[in-house]
Amino acid sequence: MQKLLNWVDERFPLTSSYKAHLSEYFAPKNFNFWYFFGSLALLMLVVQIVTGIFLTMHYKPDAALAFASVEYIMRDVDYGWLIRYIHSTGASMFFVVVYLHMFRGLIYGSYRQPRELIWIFGVIIYLVLMGEAFMGYLLPWGQMSYWGAQVIINLFSAVPFIGGALSEWIRGDYVIGDATLNRFFAFHVIALPLVLLGLVAAHLVALHEVGSNNPDGVEIKKLKGADGHPLDGIPFHPYYTVKDILGVVVFLIVFAAIVFFAPEMGGYFLEANNFIPADSLKTPEHIAPVWYFTPYYAILRAIPPIFGSQFPGVAAMGVAVLIFFALPWLDKSPVKSIRYRGPKFKIALTLFVIAFIGLGILGVLPATPLYTLISQILSGVYFAFFLLMPWYTKNDTTKPVPERVTQ
Amino acid sequence: MSSLSVDPSKRRFLVTMTSAVGGVAALGVATPFVMSMLPSARAKAAGAPIEVDLSKIEPGMQLAVEWRGKPVWVVNRTKEMLDLLSKHDDKLTDPASETTSQQPEYCKNPTRSINPQYLIVVGICTHLGCSPSYRAEVAPADLGPDWVGGWFCPCHGSRFDLAARVFNGSPAPTNLVIPPHKYLSDTRVLIGDDQGAAA
Repeated sequence: MQKLLNWVDERFPLTSSYKAHLSEYFAPKNFNFWYFFGSLALLMLVVQIVTGIFLTMHYKPDAALAFASVEYIMRDVDYGWLIRYIHSTGASMFFVVVYLHMFRGLIYGSYRQPRELIWIFGVIIYLVLMGEAFMGYLLPWGQMSYWGAQVIINLFSAVPFIGGALSEWIRGDYVIGDATLNRFFAFHVIALPLVLLGLVAAHLVALHEVGSNNPDGVEIKKLKGADGHPLDGIPFHPYYTVKDILGVVVFLIVFAAIVFFAPEMGGYFLEANNFIPADSLKTPEHIAPVWYFTPYYAILRAIPPIFGSQFPGVAAMGVAVLIFFALPWLDKSPVKSIRYRGPKFKIALTLFVIAFIGLGILGVLPATPLYTLISQILSGVYFAFFLLMPWYTKNDTTKPVPERVTQ
Repeated sequence: MSSLSVDPSKRRFLVTMTSAVGGVAALGVATPFVMSMLPSARAKAAGAPIEVDLSKIEPGMQLAVEWRGKPVWVVNRTKEMLDLLSKHDDKLTDPASETTSQQPEYCKNPTRSINPQYLIVVGICTHLGCSPSYRAEVAPADLGPDWVGGWFCPCHGSRFDLAARVFNGSPAPTNLVIPPHKYLSDTRVLIGDDQGAAA
């Protein structure tokens, strides 16, 4: 056995990679609850790819056949219902995990120097994931698929001058039709997953280059023992593989409960109108995107047209997502972790979380003047969190950061 | 001349030229792929005009037909509906249909139609492309006492009157589009073709 391993190691860095990324990758010893979500996101990626491959064996990307082929999967394919519900629940749970993973980065300053690139790769992963989810949602070819895609693609037609041509190029037709469905299928099952895998690899390579942050925001590599390993570090395997397996078990219990008992989640994971075939002549009475897009959708609706153009709302929605890229440079605090930050940051973060969740709720509600006003206020809070960050992080009263991580 | 000496400026020139030529080639190769995503010849050919029989539409009712994959509404407007049209010009963004892209020249009038009785309009909201709901009743409970009949877009709350003109404060920036059309007889209309009448 050892001879075989030696033979491989002379030709491929198997043992050294295993050491570098698992058995001798030293992670801070003080990881807490918030550190489950990175490995869970990886798990969700695998689940989506595996279930997705099996769904493509029965799905037909044709406007005349798509809706019926999804119903065929649900009714006639053995365990087709289970595979599809795992995939649809997986989409929502992927976003749950990713949002919690991003929140972890926010509270512990994981985007700060020297981890800016990890954060940037992460934000790109988030963007690609949104594209992946949006295109996947068209495939069942239900009413919500159709009109949701209609609204989102029309966002591009609001771009000045080239908008009309741009949205026609995206659709491949003057309206959403077979051409659109077919290309979204191609993007959803092969193009974006490939990009996603590459980005996840880059995210992890960058992480393992600089090492993980931790709830104290202390750089453990600064203090090393006689053996050259960080004093506050423990090998990822077995310590964190075991910890993550516990997280996976608990997560999968919740996941299975949703798949088996509430796969539609009261209309939030799978919307009722999507059980009606797409009809290009009739918009459903109330259309709302799936829950993970609603904060941005509420921002879009909050901005009124300016000079007869809806572009400002579209631009605000785009900026609301893209502004995450700037975070490492907006934060001027001398400390990373919320544990040593002052009240200003804690208040700002609390308001931001309220604004994000509030916008998410408003995004599924119909547009009334009162709700629009609240959306406008919360949109202001959302942007203020980022734009005022250089000011309130610099003037905050911070606590001294210890040399070593705390227990 | 030593065969081992390196001329950095020559090397830089070669790298620059290779990159530039390679970049042009990459653009050229990308072109057919990008162009393949444009509407195909079949999609372009699918836009044939359609004929509608107006005599089947009851007064006050809306008929929805499909033209180029989009809903087109034909509404038989009653006398009362037409009388209401002139009473709220101050609440409209574009009461006189000044935005030329939204209707052919022959429909640039207060009723936005050739024959005031029949409104023919593309049923796609100019905001983000939803299809608004026809709400002809005056002052229903959910739309408030100021509602004079028209269309309400369920997606983002845009409001249009019975000449498909947008009310102030709606997310939609412009009036709904009136498609090119012409009357073949008193009760037959051809939608999608006006044979140059717009000129």
